[in-house]
Amino acid sequence: MSNTSVKITAEKLDLNACYAFVADDSCGGIAVFVGTVRNSTQNKEVTQLDFSTYKPMAVKEMQKIADQALESFEIEKIAIHHAEGLLQIGDVPVIITVSAPHRKAAFAACQFAIDTLKETVPIWKKEHFSDGEVWVNAHP
Amino acid sequence: MKMNVLLFGISADLIGASRLEFELEKQSSVADFKELFQEKYSNVTQLNSYAVAVNENYASDDLKLQENDVIAIIPPVSGG
Repeated sequence: MSNTSVKITAEKLDLNACYAFVADDSCGGIAVFVGTVRNSTQNKEVTQLDFSTYKPMAVKEMQKIADQALESFEIEKIAIHHAEGLLQIGDVPVIITVSAPHRKAAFAACQFAIDTLKETVPIWKKEHFSDGEVWVNAHP
Repeated sequence: MKMNVLLFGISADLIGASRLEFELEKQSSVADFKELFQEKYSNVTQLNSYAVAVNENYASDDLKLQENDVIAIIPPVSGG
């Protein structure tokens, strides 16, 4: 059975499924990161976010992160799920869960996974404001 | 040789297309592609930086391209 679960979906992300996937009798803890859509950027009110992806490559890059986490940290299982499409304030664009025999590795792997995802996975978010929209990080 | 180019995020907006075909000399590298692409679609230089993927993997400038490779313009990512 695989120790990694990687997914990009237009459906609502399922925290229980991510938790259940990594739960394991050999583990003393599960670290969970849930990303949420914030209602403002630099004091400007955000109305919604639109996530677009280069899906086949994004899934590959997320799988690389999961595999790298299993190799680099003393963890048992990892799930990385990301949403695509239009999200509203408070919606969840990303969930990462990691189980490990000891908590330190679970926290470290979870942080590694979200930090690396934000650097390498080809997913782009467009912030919508009441008076326009902007691609995040693009600085044109 | 004929290349397929995919554009994402702001690069698709800047160029006004999400995919196009691009002609290159045989034996061209990623660096050659970038030079010619920026010449033809100068709007892409409004980006501070962008990466290039070939067949769904990040590619370095010295990678040699093959006919029908799928090239993707990857502007700075912002997932999570």
